[in-house]
Amino acid sequence: MRSLCVEPFQNFSVVDTGARRTLTYCSPWKTNHKHEAVLFPPPSRPIRKTLCICLSSSSKLPVMMEEEKKTFDANETALLVKELNESFRTGKTKSYEWRVSQLKSIEKMVVEREKDIYEALYKDLSKPEFEAFVSEIAMVKSSCKEALKELKHWMKPEKAKTSMETYPSSAEIVSEPLGAVLVISTWNYPFALSVKPVIGAITAGNATVLKPSEIAPATSSLLSKLFEEYLDRSAVRVVEGDVPQTTALLEQKWDKNIFTQVLNFNTPNIVHLSLHTRYNCGRSPRVGRIIMTAAAKHLTPVVLELGGKCPAVIDSDVDLQVTARRIIGGKWQVNNGQACISVDYIITTKDFAPKLIDALRKGIEECFGTDPMESKDISRIVSSNHFSRLQSLMDEYKVYNKIVVGGQRNQKELKIAPTIFLDVPGDSQLMQEEIFGPLLPIITVENVKDSIDLINSKPKPLAAYLFTNNDKLKNYFVQSVSSGGMAINDTVLHVTVSSLPFGGVGESGMGSYHGKFSFDAFSHKKAVLYRSFSGDSSVRYPPYTPEKQKLIKAVMNGGIFNIILALMGWSRD
Amino acid sequence: MEGLEGTLAELRDTFQSGRTRSVAWRKSQLRGMIEFVQDNEERIFQALDQDVGKHPVEAYRDEVGVVAKSAKLSLSCVEKWMAPRKGDLPLVFFPASAQVMPEPFGVVLIMGSWNFPISLTLDPLIAAISAGNAVVLKPSELSPTCSSFLAENIPKYLDPKSIKVIEGGIDVCEQLLQQKWDKIFFTGSQRVGRIVMTAAAQHLTPVTLELGGKSPAIMDSSSNPTNMKVIAKRIVGAKWGSCSGQACIAIDYLLVEERFASDLIDLLAKTIKQFYGENPRESKSYCKIVNKNNFKRLLDLLTDPLVEASVAYGGSVDEEKMYIEPTILLNPPLDSQIMTEEIFGPLLPIITLDDIYESINFISSRPKPLAIYAFTRDEKFKKQILSRTSSGSVTFNDTLLQFLCDSLPFGGVGQSGFGRYHGKYSFDTFSHEKAILQRGFFPELEPRYPPWNSFKLHFIKLAYAFNYIGLILLLLGLKK
Repeated sequence: MRSLCVEPFQNFSVVDTGARRTLTYCSPWKTNHKHEAVLFPPPSRPIRKTLCICLSSSSKLPVMMEEEKKTFDANETALLVKELNESFRTGKTKSYEWRVSQLKSIEKMVVEREKDIYEALYKDLSKPEFEAFVSEIAMVKSSCKEALKELKHWMKPEKAKTSMETYPSSAEIVSEPLGAVLVISTWNYPFALSVKPVIGAITAGNATVLKPSEIAPATSSLLSKLFEEYLDRSAVRVVEGDVPQTTALLEQKWDKNIFTQVLNFNTPNIVHLSLHTRYNCGRSPRVGRIIMTAAAKHLTPVVLELGGKCPAVIDSDVDLQVTARRIIGGKWQVNNGQACISVDYIITTKDFAPKLIDALRKGIEECFGTDPMESKDISRIVSSNHFSRLQSLMDEYKVYNKIVVGGQRNQKELKIAPTIFLDVPGDSQLMQEEIFGPLLPIITVENVKDSIDLINSKPKPLAAYLFTNNDKLKNYFVQSVSSGGMAINDTVLHVTVSSLPFGGVGESGMGSYHGKFSFDAFSHKKAVLYRSFSGDSSVRYPPYTPEKQKLIKAVMNGGIFNIILALMGWSRD
Repeated sequence: MEGLEGTLAELRDTFQSGRTRSVAWRKSQLRGMIEFVQDNEERIFQALDQDVGKHPVEAYRDEVGVVAKSAKLSLSCVEKWMAPRKGDLPLVFFPASAQVMPEPFGVVLIMGSWNFPISLTLDPLIAAISAGNAVVLKPSELSPTCSSFLAENIPKYLDPKSIKVIEGGIDVCEQLLQQKWDKIFFTGSQRVGRIVMTAAAQHLTPVTLELGGKSPAIMDSSSNPTNMKVIAKRIVGAKWGSCSGQACIAIDYLLVEERFASDLIDLLAKTIKQFYGENPRESKSYCKIVNKNNFKRLLDLLTDPLVEASVAYGGSVDEEKMYIEPTILLNPPLDSQIMTEEIFGPLLPIITLDDIYESINFISSRPKPLAIYAFTRDEKFKKQILSRTSSGSVTFNDTLLQFLCDSLPFGGVGQSGFGRYHGKYSFDTFSHEKAILQRGFFPELEPRYPPWNSFKLHFIKLAYAFNYIGLILLLLGLKK
């Protein structure tokens, strides 16, 4: 089954031509295949530039073929969504027992099929088993474990205090599932970033469709197989997608399918799009925009987990060896830099930079040997597309002579060695876009405090790191840098703390998950107020009189003394 | 529009300077807000009377009082809300500390609505201020008196460098929406909600959409024979007592068992007379319809022949006075517009069912409403309503009061919107929760780094399982 893919949107552009906007993109796989989305004003309101999207195909390919494909995909998707909605409406996904059984199945799946998962990850990214365990298997396992332990507690309605205005009453907040939700995941941690959001959706009691990334095909098909085998097919599904057919489906799915679903079944078909997409060229905010636009049509809430250029600021008073290793840990050890929270660039002082580079060089050698190209402990670049993107970043005339460590590459094996650049200009591609690979520029400043302005002049990153022993600097950094999350004197580790929300801000996304935050991200918090019939005050009702006005003022201001005065017919005003 | 860009640039500078982040600034603005409401109570009443014909009691209850209460609550709690929360950490991380620190988004846009032109504009403003944002406030152009009143007076009470009021119609809204905001808070219709979210998507701006929907009331007469009078009052209060039904949480339609329908209509009619007199047209306690457009829309709903035939009470209109009588309809066709779109006016369809339990399917087969009201004493029924329907809120045995309860989140789900506010939730809505992990340099765990070997894998596996004894044994070389 084919499905959503965001990859083709890399050549997406928005042209604002006043009253009529056009969105155009060319699929890189079909260069002669152009789709146009026209944002047109609805007929009733001439001026308004509303943003109802009508995706129309202006394909030069044989139209018949295209049409056939579309209807086929449309029907299939329609059926799938219908089925999921039906199972959701039976209420089975809401029960505690169902949620637990699914979580246990995921746990079992991970334990029983660990080897298969390593294999798939190796095929897609030649991810070392150790890294795969730490960042994929263990992450999923601990999420399951925590969810199983806490679920009862999370599901329990939360008591809320009630106030004078509503006396006598009681109130509670009930967490309820949203309905059928869609998780679109990514290729860099193709297992963990697919299964973790699904765990969140299941703990909250939703029916879930997972669309794994087709850029990690082995893991994608493994997930499809495993979900079929281990999970309740009527409520948890994997939809796999491959590149050439995505476009048609994308249109169907977002423009018609979901929409017609809503009309046909007249059900509150809530699709929670959770985009965990790491995508070509670090341009994921762009895809995020597309997804949010599509979601806007159905008023669907979205969680967008995007990326950004995550800086690491290094002060000169640090423990050099430990710092260097933690940087290595947060750069080349996390999928060879292909991680949304990996260190993107370093800012340090001019004087300290040479020492830091030496320490990093030594650290890299310790970790990956004298020839990192031969190391088994480092992932490769995911695809030839990404390889050539990184290559062009390295070869830009502004930066190619700034390499101080590494620089080796092997196109055939899709390998690039850990590479450090010193003092690249701010307007180079390397410093303009998210790197998402093993290249690490170091920017130097006179005073370490200047780094904060530099960070704040760029879009808000998903993570920001600071290494220092200076408490004042720590506080200043925490107060004045805005980012999704932060780790002080370490990298990446904050993601593993389930008591911390994981998510971006600004360009790095919106919404958060992990631990209880995952449950909340996929739940609606329903406010429930219980009242009885006693204590009904006529003040609330017309005909309104000056006395009622005084009393209502007193009640809302909350002063018992004033209430008594008002009731007795006296008042201060 | 250059003026707008200049305004935004100024707000950005202010925000960058850190001015809005301090507790002192937030508190001074909240105090300013309280003062604003106190000083201008009468003028607000007048403006509301002019725009929607609201009686001062209603105006205080739904607008002035709400704002004052919310500002006071924020003033007393803001410091507590701002404090970073500690996160739990497993022992393996030792020594370390984890915090969740709320931080303001930046420059935010608040778009108010016309039905509660003061409270639904200023309550979100209070929220944005408490969270430390710079704000552009856009009151609804459909309540022009209140809009210009706010534009004129807010700058006198609140920091004009950080809080701006921008007035205008659709063209201004469009220009505003083209700008990059750090957060948009919108109260209004679903149609415009879609437009706002689509525009927000272009800048990846998070949005809170406070929309409406057809909020049903379920009347379980058989379990409530003795309280009918109180119930009738509460229903009438929630339909016609709050801006003549032009409220997002007003009762939209009523579900009742067939055998009780006629009694209920009689009782409601009696209550209406008691509240608004024989001729509600002359009553000062009854709001007018906001404008011609809405009047015409409501008239269209009502004049559908099959709907008109179902009028059981009321039905008279007076276009000049923008008046529509409190009107009850019995079983209008379910596919008529009045039962498919949000009514947002003083028309109340009553739909009869054979068994009140059918109401659950009736509601859950329609888009999720903002509120459900259920009058029942049947505990089993209550449980079923809670678990088998979905809505922004559920209120048992009363109406509208959930709005006043600060400890309850107020917001929709599905077609009735997303995001929530009121009380602490207001603060959260305008804050980003930044996760912070602080670590020392020692001790450093060797097994975190390559080159990998089986010892390190074993170590990490034990650490992830929090198996500390195993870890010690491993380190001592006693475990394989």
